[in-house]
Amino acid sequence: MNSVYLDHAATTPILADALSAFTAQASKLGNPSSLHTQGRATRKDLEDARESIAKAAGCLSSEIIFTASGTEANNIALKGLFWLGRKNGRNVVVISAIEHHAILDPANWLVEHESAEVIEVPVTKSGVVDLKFLSDLISKRGDEIAVISVMHSNNETGVLQPIAEVVKLAGDIPVHSDAVQSFGKVALSYNELGLFAMTLSAHKIGGPLGIGVLILRRAVEIPALLHGGGQEREIRSGTLNAPAIVAFAAAVSAKSYDATNIAKLRDDFAQKVVAQIPDAFVNGADVDRLPGIVNITFPRTESDTLLLLLDSEKVSCSTGSACSAGVHRPSHVLMAMGHDDISAQSSLRFSFGPSNTAAEVDYVLSVLPGVIQRGRAAVAS
Amino acid sequence: MKLIAAMSGGVDSAVAAARAVEAGHDVIGVHLALAANPQKYRSGARGCCTIEDSHDARRAADVIGIPFYIWDMAQEFHDGVVENFLSEYSAGRTPNPCLRCNEKIKFAAVLDRARAMGFDGVVTGHYANTRESENGKTLHRAVDHSKDQSYVLAVLTREQIDGAIFPLGDTEKVDIRKEAEARGLAVAQKPDSHDICFVPSGDNASWLHDRLGSEVGPIVDQDGKKIGEHKGAYTYTIGQRKGLGLTVPTADGSPRFVLKIEPVTNTVVVGSREELAISKIWGERAIWCGPDVTADKKRGFVQIRAHGSALDCTYYFDGSNLIAELDEPLLGLATGQAMVIYDGDRVVGSATICQTE
Repeated sequence: MNSVYLDHAATTPILADALSAFTAQASKLGNPSSLHTQGRATRKDLEDARESIAKAAGCLSSEIIFTASGTEANNIALKGLFWLGRKNGRNVVVISAIEHHAILDPANWLVEHESAEVIEVPVTKSGVVDLKFLSDLISKRGDEIAVISVMHSNNETGVLQPIAEVVKLAGDIPVHSDAVQSFGKVALSYNELGLFAMTLSAHKIGGPLGIGVLILRRAVEIPALLHGGGQEREIRSGTLNAPAIVAFAAAVSAKSYDATNIAKLRDDFAQKVVAQIPDAFVNGADVDRLPGIVNITFPRTESDTLLLLLDSEKVSCSTGSACSAGVHRPSHVLMAMGHDDISAQSSLRFSFGPSNTAAEVDYVLSVLPGVIQRGRAAVAS
Repeated sequence: MKLIAAMSGGVDSAVAAARAVEAGHDVIGVHLALAANPQKYRSGARGCCTIEDSHDARRAADVIGIPFYIWDMAQEFHDGVVENFLSEYSAGRTPNPCLRCNEKIKFAAVLDRARAMGFDGVVTGHYANTRESENGKTLHRAVDHSKDQSYVLAVLTREQIDGAIFPLGDTEKVDIRKEAEARGLAVAQKPDSHDICFVPSGDNASWLHDRLGSEVGPIVDQDGKKIGEHKGAYTYTIGQRKGLGLTVPTADGSPRFVLKIEPVTNTVVVGSREELAISKIWGERAIWCGPDVTADKKRGFVQIRAHGSALDCTYYFDGSNLIAELDEPLLGLATGQAMVIYDGDRVVGSATICQTE
């Protein structure tokens, strides 16, 4: 067996359509902001791409702001909406306790540098945001809240979040959602959800690295992080990355993600793992999750040891948790779901994609018991 | 063999890992994160505890073409090495944390974990040799005596030596740098680390001062007469002559040296050069790197500092202590230091100095 890649939530192979769109565009001359023939030609390709991405995401093309990453889109949204709210005396930023670091860290930055107050909404044991807490918070302090940001699905557990309910509770308060993991995997419409802002990223769906999208309601002006040529509604200056943008659109249009099959493969895997390793359990097993992600706790192991051992068996997966200088810290997501810091460090995220097969699942299942056994011996040593 | 290469981010461990791969072993590089809150960049030449060092280690592993992981050993290091360093100092002894790290971390925590995971041993960039003998694997000095690190490895048991691979023992340091250059390793010219890695400033006295506080106490002579005042007993070392600030001179004007540090009474005892002379050393917690030492007196060498000289001696084990009788007296020796016995270039064993005469 060649290597088995079960880390599609980190990044997934670029699709053939996206790669050919990228290379074709990269060989074309023209800055899309130029007024001459070449500039107009590039602009045309780019706006075609914008329209197809907008259509897939359920927004207006004028609501799309291209960025260099999902992280950048999250930063623009959270900081920009905070500053916008502060003009009206709103100083509170509300986020869920399970946000990606691309939301957590800008939120903490706002606390340190802008004297913002951040309130984290807890999650249930299954990893779903606590709507009761949010509802109480909004009724008590709604007029102080500048922005609410809750991810559409969690990157570590795949647990889907009740965004429509969050938006309903929020009323007039702007709601942003990081939909990087969900886009292209489950039904998702910016407009139907009633969101104020939403983040997408190309490389999670077979597009290229280095291109993200912030969807932001039209006619809303928020302060920019990058200043310069005034591109993208003066919210995100910088020459537009036309090859990456058209390749993103090509990946969106390819519709290569067979959610039913991927979920079946994932469920089959999880079920057999739990049968093999009786004390292992799936995090968020009882709630709706993305089709491709399963997060499994293996008690009495350390996830970084398991990663090393699986890697030497040619299986790639992840802890899903943040690294600090390469040192795994207990996952804040699992901690928020009630794990202690030991069990939060004994979990692995396996994320499936279109390229995975049943034979690969069988192979992983054949090496996993030995890996867990050695991993447990290492902890006990 | 399947091996874990401990990679600090320095040139030695990088070349050691590369040599292990070349020797046909299946090698995985591991960087030990030893500081709970690592600094981003090196300051000076303390090379193993910063994020920059872990990047250097990763880059070296990538160039060599081996998998690379970081193991968080910060808690083990703090409990086993840093805490011990502090408690030894506050007990008036002078510990060597590098020995302690080899004993408790590199060839204990790491080797144990590696073996449990199915690996056969640990590769490090230490300058030392091992040889197969009829008594099993034995530990020996490196070819490059100026870089020899067998002293700090003398805390390894036979079982630990069995799992230790030192690929650099046959080479001079200057050639290791050339080899790193030829292998395309960017760390080829990285400065050597020195001093104590967890004291970033290199100023041990003020680092200890921040953690142990400083209580002024008396400096006394051998008769117990107070002749000065000190600013924290642990800032002094046995044999120290300068910086004592004594107010009462000796009758003949001869210099005084620190003879003893008594933590319980917070007293520093000074005396003449003659009183400093040591001819017999007792060590506790003996560890044998090869065959056991017995009550039979044997001729050999004892070394009491990492880069100190090997002193001719007669050594034996009295059932509880390792004892070395020196041919020539030695001036100034602190308890807490390690005494390492050599038979030629073979490391016989070590013990922690607990008494001198």
